Amino acid sequence: MIQIKELHKSYRMGSNHLHVLKGINLDIKEGEFVSIMGSSGSGKSTLLNIIGMLDEAEKGSYILDDVPIKNLSEKKAAIYRNKFLGFIFQSFNLINYKNAAENVALPLYYQGVPRKIRKEKSLYYLEKVGLADWAHHLPSELSGGQKQRVAIARALASEPKVLLADEPTGALDTKTSYEVMDFLQGINDEGKTILVVTHEPDIADMTKRIVMLKDGVIEEDKVVEQVRASQYV
Amino acid sequence: MKFIFTRDTWQEIFGTIRKNKLRTAITVIGVFWGILLFIGLQGAAKGVENGFDMAFKDMATNSIFLWGQQTGIPYAGYNRNRSVRIELSDTYRIANQVEGVQFVAPRNAKGIFDGAPPLVVNKLKSGNYKVFGDYPVIDKVSKKKIRKGRFLNQKDIDEKRKICVIGERIQKELFEKDEDPIGQYIKISNIYFQVVGVYKKNNTDFFEGDNSVFIPFTTFKRVFNTGNRIGWMVIAGYPDEDIVAIEEKTKTLLKRRYDVHPDDERAFGAANLGEMFGKITGFVKGLKFTALIVGIATILAGVIAIGNILLITVKERTKEIGIRRALGAKPGEIRGQIILESVFLTLVAGIFGITIGGLLLSTLNGWTQSLEDFPFVNPTVSLEYIGMALGLMVVLGTLIGLIPAQRAVNVRPIEALREE
Ligand SMILES: Nc1ncnc2c1ncn2[C@@H]1O[C@H](COP(=O)(O)OP(=O)(O)OP(=O)(O)O)[C@@H](O)[C@H]1O
Ligand SMILES: [Mg+2]
Repeated sequence: MIQIKELHKSYRMGSNHLHVLKGINLDIKEGEFVSIMGSSGSGKSTLLNIIGMLDEAEKGSYILDDVPIKNLSEKKAAIYRNKFLGFIFQSFNLINYKNAAENVALPLYYQGVPRKIRKEKSLYYLEKVGLADWAHHLPSELSGGQKQRVAIARALASEPKVLLADEPTGALDTKTSYEVMDFLQGINDEGKTILVVTHEPDIADMTKRIVMLKDGVIEEDKVVEQVRASQYV
Repeated sequence: MKFIFTRDTWQEIFGTIRKNKLRTAITVIGVFWGILLFIGLQGAAKGVENGFDMAFKDMATNSIFLWGQQTGIPYAGYNRNRSVRIELSDTYRIANQVEGVQFVAPRNAKGIFDGAPPLVVNKLKSGNYKVFGDYPVIDKVSKKKIRKGRFLNQKDIDEKRKICVIGERIQKELFEKDEDPIGQYIKISNIYFQVVGVYKKNNTDFFEGDNSVFIPFTTFKRVFNTGNRIGWMVIAGYPDEDIVAIEEKTKTLLKRRYDVHPDDERAFGAANLGEMFGKITGFVKGLKFTALIVGIATILAGVIAIGNILLITVKERTKEIGIRRALGAKPGEIRGQIILESVFLTLVAGIFGITIGGLLLSTLNGWTQSLEDFPFVNPTVSLEYIGMALGLMVVLGTLIGLIPAQRAVNVRPIEALREE
């Protein structure tokens, strides 16, 4: 699903050159559930953003679902993001003046899906994250966990190939974090490829594979025994 | 362009507008004022134009009043201060020889420039009133409003009839309320005249008011013994002729005829109405032009205000736009939405302004209709102007929307998302 070879990324800060990613090699197959770990500033978000086509690598190759991602125009990138990827952010990033259902329907709007189907699908995915009753509530009326569940529903709505989540539980308490992980595990069980960036070892343990970043390279890449979140919920 | 007509696009736009009610209102007010001013000024200028048109429509505005005075320069053996009296035959000469003259109306009068107003008597009632000796053509100089009977005609002139047309006030003062003056005889300077018509005051006469008596020019000549002399004449040029040139040529002709020094400015007096009306017309034109410029400038200012506020909004919405782009909004869609928002707000404000402006003008029309002498009639704005204003707003709205739209897509999604 994802093939990354010798990926480099550096930021220029005035005259300084900050080399963040120094040759990443990563191969992720369909249906995997991978967590990316590493200390703060190690380049986790940078890597995820490149995978998410929100940012571009300097060197190296990146192939997503057999499509080489290189020198994309903004328009192409938007189309690919919409078609291939679902995003889940630490700060939820819901649009505050749209209700839950409208937020979930937004990627479908940009796909050109007709209204009626958008409505059906958004309700279907809200149902899936257990928020059917909250469809018409604004984000400000939802708890953090509920917001993140709406964000998950939104990420799923466009039926992407890969879900990308940058610290999806970073703003949540432990109990709510496990609830969210429970949802993600359910989605992964259905075959969806998921990438999660996290600080927390217990969250990483709920995935199936942990990639450790350090000093711009992958220090460790191991398959782990998945801890089911449902036992804590 | 298809996206303009889809319901979803508009739902997105209404969504953002509804969310930002205050800013929408503030934005709209600027353009609203602009178009209101535009419509109001245009309409008012049109009203003034119509008012003047109405007031002078029955009048030969491109005309000169001309009379003889006293010479100011000794010439050809004559002393200075010689009286020059123009004659009836001059009118034919001028009509035939001066280019651009439509007609010339000679006039005589008792009771305004020379002589006391003659006594007019009906049975036991009497009064002193101005008496004019006129040709029917005077009706073309200033249209008489005949209330009863008729005005002078050529037959009256030819037969030197002793008939008269009297003003409404004379009727009131000399006749009983229920008495029909037509066909009755009244005495003017002790001579009986039959009343054939009663006229009403109009706004464009110069001397007659509603208390004058018109009698045939030929009859006047006989009754008051004026010979060939005339009091003054009205020279009317064709509508597009240069009336100042006509005045010059006429004076040159008369100077030669009466042995007046070519540089003598005193010998002939003239009032050039054409010149005066030219100034009024120019004033109205200037008014319309100013109204146009001020209106367009205000609309422009309003649209720029919209652009500015959209720019601020785009800044405020950086994060939201970042989210939308992460979810797959293409730059074109973001741009299109912001431009549409700009055009939509501009148009809403414009239509609102046009409506209120129209109401304002119709109210103004209602008020001024009761003021009879006020030159303000039917203040309207032509559809062309409204169309032009709307077109201008769409164009300006689009152009000004381009700036915030470009700003919105210039921020890379990754940076937009980092924004707090
Ligand atoms: N746009 C940018 N411009 C300059 N430097 C940047 C930019 N984005 C990230 N960096 C730097 O790159 C490094 C990696 O950042 P990144 O956000 O990928 O770290 P991270 O592993 O996600 O850290 P955290 O766990 O704190 O989120 C940091 O040192 C950061 O300061
Ligand atoms: Mg990070």
